[in-house]
Parts: sequence; C-alpha cells; structure tokens
Amino acid sequence: MAEFTGQDLTCIRGERVVFSKLAFSIDEGEVLYLQGPNGSGKSTLLRLMAGLLRPVSGELLWGGENTRDDPEIFRGRLHYVGHQDAVKTALTVEENLTFWAEMSGAEPEKRLVRDALKTFSLTHLAALPARFLSAGQRKRLNLARICASAAPLWLLDEPANSLDTDSVVALRHAIAAHQDKGGMVAVATHEELVSDSNILDISEFTSSNRGAL
Amino acid sequence: MSPFFQVFNSLIKRELRLAIRHGADSWMVVMFFVLVVVLFPLGVGPEPGILTRISAGVIWVAALLSAMLSMDRLFQTDYEDGSLDLLVLTPQPLELLVLAKTIAHWLTTGLPLIIVSPLLALLLNMEASGYGVLLAALALGTPTLSLIGAIGAALILGARRSGVLLSLLILPLFIPTLIFGVSAVDAALTDLPSEPQLLILSGLLLAGLALCPWASAAALRQAVE
Repeated sequence: MAEFTGQDLTCIRGERVVFSKLAFSIDEGEVLYLQGPNGSGKSTLLRLMAGLLRPVSGELLWGGENTRDDPEIFRGRLHYVGHQDAVKTALTVEENLTFWAEMSGAEPEKRLVRDALKTFSLTHLAALPARFLSAGQRKRLNLARICASAAPLWLLDEPANSLDTDSVVALRHAIAAHQDKGGMVAVATHEELVSDSNILDISEFTSSNRGAL
Repeated sequence: MSPFFQVFNSLIKRELRLAIRHGADSWMVVMFFVLVVVLFPLGVGPEPGILTRISAGVIWVAALLSAMLSMDRLFQTDYEDGSLDLLVLTPQPLELLVLAKTIAHWLTTGLPLIIVSPLLALLLNMEASGYGVLLAALALGTPTLSLIGAIGAALILGARRSGVLLSLLILPLFIPTLIFGVSAVDAALTDLPSEPQLLILSGLLLAGLALCPWASAAALRQAVE
C-alpha cells in the first residue's frame, strides 16, 4: 500500500519562512486540496512535493520510504503541472504530447496519447503547430500531457486557470478517473474540482500565524 | 529499447526538429562566422603572406565567438516556458538530458562551422597542408566548446543581460581549446607533427564529456529551485 506523506516540513525562501512543521498525507485514490490565501506557499509546497525544492527540515515519504533515497524512481511516479505550460510553439500539439510521453522513459502508448487528446478535446488540433493555440488550449495540452503517460501522483498547481467551463468538467472527469485507478492528487485551486477531498490549509503552518521561529 | 537510449534519442530528435523549424538560428551562427572571418582581410589588408600566417588563429577565434553566440539559448527557452521543470522531473538522470541537448546543440551549430571552415581557409590563403588538420582540430575542439558552454548556459538562467555574462564566464575557459587548436594547424603548416596537439584536444574533449554534463546539471537544479 503506497501512501505519500510529508512530515515536519519547513521551507525557507529568500530568508523568509514560508511554512514550518507542515505535515500531510495522501492515500491511494485520495485528493489533497491545498488552500490558503495568495502567497501562502501553495505553489512552493507543490514544488517541494515534486522534489524541485528541498525542504530545510522534514522529509517526504512514499510508502514509508524517503523519496530522497531514490529520487529517480520517485520522479517516475509523479506528474507536475505548474504555472507555465511547457509547450514548444514550433512543435505540433501531438508532437508536444508524444515528446513528454517518451520522456517518461516508457514506450509511449499511442492509445493513451489519443485518449488524452480526446479527453481535453484537442483531437481536431493534433496537427496544428502549438503557436496557434490560445492560453486555454495550451493549458489543456499541458493537462493532456499528464494523462498521456501513467504516474500515480499528480501535483497540480492552479490547473483550472484560463480553462472554460467545459474543460473544467473534462479536468474533473480526468481526476475522477485517476482516483478510480488508485491515483493520488495534490491540487492547489480556487475552483471546486472534487467534492470529497481532504483539505490542507497552509495558512495554519505559516510563520505569521505562529510568530517568528 | 532501454529507457536511457529512448529518452536520449527523443530529446535529440526534439531539439533537431526545433532547430530545423527555427532554421534562422543555425544560419545566423554560420553567417556570423563567415562575416567575422571576411572582416579580417578588410582590416589587416589583402597581403597574402600576412593572411596565411594569421589564418588558423582567425578561424579559431571566429569559431569561438560564433559558438558563444548561440550558447545562451541552450536552456533559456526551456527555462522560460517551464519545460526545464519537467525535464528536471523526468525519471532519467539530468546529466544524460544535458548531454543530449549539448550534442544536439553541436550538431546544429558546431557541425555547420566545420563544414564552412575550408571555404574560409581558402579565403585566407591557408596552405593546402593545413586543411586536414584544421578540420580535425575543429571536429575535436567544437564539441568541447559546446560542452563547456552548456555549463555557462545553465549558470546564467534567470540573470539579466545573460548574453554578456555568458561570454565573460565562458570565453576564458575556451582558451586551452583555442591554443591547441591553433597550434595544431600551425604545426601542420610548418611541416611539424600535429598529433600531440590533436591528442591534447581529444583529451580536453574526453574530460569535457566526463565533467561538463555534471556541472551543467547541478547548475540547472539550482536554476529550478
């Protein structure tokens, strides 16, 4: 039984304590919903979960094992969606998608790529160079990327930004399908994406609430 | 196919595809190389003796400057559009990805320089005996330039005026390659053996292959923090 947990996490950015003694736990099929006002450290926490940032103290555990013991295996288990869409404008929609599927190391599954395009209604745009996409379409392409190759943990940073209502519904379905397969999701968003999610309020762990360390 | 090989392959394929679709970038490097070399006869005068004597040095210095010109884009675009985060997060070692990007960079900028260099050697009245060694020295030296340049390209991410900063960081590190590259050609022109210089250039290349991807990867991990 794999479970993704964090214990006693403290993060310092630019000599400022973003949060301290933060703990979380995501079980299979669960969604962790990060809440907090702007600048409270939601994105920082997601980057920290992904391993892009290192906590000053505390550790991240996958099924009880420290993710730092074998970072390459851990990186193979996660998909991260940040603020930027990582879309190469000179490549077509499908080339962008296939490239990232190949980079996961497994032989890309044509079926998954096709389904991912369909999920976010990009099929008719597949051969279009990505420079012609709108901001919302780019976001959809970035979200299709995480469906196009399998990974149990999704870290989503404001995934609903610049999406229209239909696409938000598609995202909701994608997350539900991921949960059904036992996938885990940590998401920072202002949109209601999942009804029964665990909520982690980061402002409880920020220094302004606890006084200086 | 092993995942290492597949990832390596698809990254090179993507970089080459991008380079072809942004074809102007490679052309600009080659044109810059040609222009810099062509300026020399205009500056020092058309006296064939002088041009013959300086030909190897001029071609090498122009090659260094042209290599610099394209270097700052190596990781910059990936950094700006968020691809770098995802490259760092792929399950493969980042060093491998850096090496793939560096090889693609050399194929799109270093290789064209080697191809046009005989033409420029002709223009500078280089003696025929120097051509082969010039090509060999450039073939061994320009990959080293790309490898060293990749460290600088990774270090400057997020900096302002990054192009100038990159030159200041990297040009001093190009000096050994320049010295042995030029002296290999000069040795051939004076009927001396140029193997020692070529062997040293090979040594520099091997050391670069072994060390530079690690340094660049470390700098990239810093950049995404």
